[in-house]
Formats: sequence, structure tokens, C-alpha cells
Amino acid sequence: MYWSLFKTFFLIGAFSFGGGYAMLPLIQEEVVQNHSWLTATQFADILSIAEMTPGPVSINTATYVGYQISGFSGSALATLGLVLPSFILISTLASLVLKHKNNPYFQGVFRGLRPVVVALIIGAAIILGLNTNIFTNVAEILLTIVALGLFYFTKLHPILLLLSFGFLGIIF
Amino acid sequence: MISIKQKLALHRKLFISFIKIGTFVFGGGYAMLPIIQREVVNHHQWISEKDFIDMLAVTQSAPGPVAVNTSIFTGYKVARLSGAVTALIGVVLPPFTIILLLATFLSSYSDNYYLIQFFAGVRPAIVGLILGVGLKTGKNIIHTSFDFFLAVLALILLLVLGLHPFLIIILGALSGLLYSYCKKSSSQEDN
Repeated sequence: MYWSLFKTFFLIGAFSFGGGYAMLPLIQEEVVQNHSWLTATQFADILSIAEMTPGPVSINTATYVGYQISGFSGSALATLGLVLPSFILISTLASLVLKHKNNPYFQGVFRGLRPVVVALIIGAAIILGLNTNIFTNVAEILLTIVALGLFYFTKLHPILLLLSFGFLGIIF
Repeated sequence: MISIKQKLALHRKLFISFIKIGTFVFGGGYAMLPIIQREVVNHHQWISEKDFIDMLAVTQSAPGPVAVNTSIFTGYKVARLSGAVTALIGVVLPPFTIILLLATFLSSYSDNYYLIQFFAGVRPAIVGLILGVGLKTGKNIIHTSFDFFLAVLALILLLVLGLHPFLIIILGALSGLLYSYCKKSSSQEDN
């Protein structure tokens, strides 16, 4: 049971491209359909909590799912399984990138990657805004612009900005 | 050679930074970028703006959660393997602890009124901050018409055609290689 929990999350960590949100359907398929560790309703409840808790969504989900299946050791194993492939792969890639930084092919590759990554960041913000219906509401568009302006033009810490906007949400 | 004391101090700073990052990421991957940029690029200056973007290219195209990948990469850059372990533990520990506490003591809290309102306020701020990271880094990265063209093309592929970011990153890498190759051969002809 422990082994299969670890293995499941290890494979999810190793083969999910596209970050945390791309993982959620994979986790659901493994945990609900393939292993029947949780029901679809239980999983949906876990997801809504994972999204409303600080921390990367995938870590929250793995911890919670692991806990529901077999308590503390389950949550530790699921989380460890999820991050272990990243650790092995990224450490290796980081050492390669740092070593071959001045290789002309590497530089060529990154020459093209940089503008693309900038576009992906801007695109991610737009997609997030569209998915959460922020751009259909004038007040929320204004809040977005104010947050953008404060972040861009002042030295206020982003954590402070996020918390202030959260409390604004509670007050109004 | 730095002393053990300096090394410990560096690891402590790394750990504290990533505890902050792990605690205040609301949502996932990209929501972390404003905080990680502030901590790692502006505050501690462990990574330059350009290297930050290079790192994101790697951590986004690799499998696994982007937030976790980026933490490991930063840790590795700052203090090799031990740094990677420190950053990883730092970023995972807060969500792990919070979820365990919630799972133990609270059965349902996702329908809490204040929490829902809090996140309603946070969401537009996250969108604004991520846009801010894109614009800030764009200012430093996008200089030539090649950069601009590639960025616009990538944005169209992502938003209009719904292409997977992984594919867009591959396309970017290939066009960068091709561009450098053409530039090199044309400058050779000039000589």
C-alpha cells in the first residue's frame, strides 16, 4: 500500500508536463479511477481545499490525498514521491546549464527561449484572468490594474500586496 | 573558499526565503513568480534577471510542479546539491504542515465566508502581479525585432491556438538555434 502510494505519486511527478494544474487530472485518474483510494466527491472536496490553501496546488493535493489514504506517513510518502523526480531531474539540468552556459548552441537555444518565456508568463496571467472571470467585471479589472501598478512602480513586497488585496476582499 | 559559518548563513537565508515562498503562493506555479523574483533576484541577488528567465525556461519545460522545479534550480544555483535540498524543504514544508493541520482539525473549511472573500480579493492581485513579472522581465529581455516577433508569436500560439506551453518552448529553442546560426553565417559572409 505504502509502496504503491509512493510509486503512483512518483510517476505523476515524473510524467506530468505543464506544472501543478496539469497534474490534477492525472492525480484524479490514478487515485479515483485506477486505485479507488478515494471517491470522486472526496477528491473534489480535497481539490477545493487545496486551491484555497497557500502553497503549490500539487503539493497541497498530494499531501491531502496521502493523508486521507493512510494518515501522516501517507501524506509524507505522497509528497516525497511527487517532488523526487523533480529533484533528480532539475539538479541534473541545473548543473548542465551552469556548466555549459557559454556553449554557442546553448546560447542559441536560450536566445530563442527568453522571449518565449516572457510571453508564456504574460499568457499565464491572461489565462488565469479568463478562467476566473476577472476580465468580465469592471471592479476586478481595476483591482488587477492597481495591483499591477503597485508591483511595477513601487518596491512593496508582493506578499504584502497579496495579503492587502485579500483583506480588501473581506472588507468589501 | 567560504567558511562553514558563511555556508550555514547562506543556507539559512535560502531556507527562510523559500519558507516565505511556500507560504504565500496562492494557487500554483506562476503565482509564485512575483515572490520568487523579489526574494531571489531583487532582494538577495542570487540570480540575475536574465538568468531568472533562463531558469524559468528550464523549470517550465521539465515535468513536475513549476514552483517546486524553480525552487530546486535556485537552490542548486546558490549552493549546489545541499542548496537544492534546502530550498526544496523550505518550499514544501509550509503547505505540507498547513494541509496536515487542516486535515486533522478541520473537516470542511472551503465554504468559510471570510476565506472565500479573501481569495476573491487575492485573485485579481495575482493576475496583476504575474502580468507585472512578465512586463518587468520583458523590458530586460525583449530588445530586437526578433525577440518581439517571437514573443508575439508565442502569445498567439498559446492564447489563440491553445498550444501546450511545452511545445511553444521547443519552438522557441529551435528558432533561437536557427537565428543564431543564420546570424553567424551572415557575419562570416561579411568578412
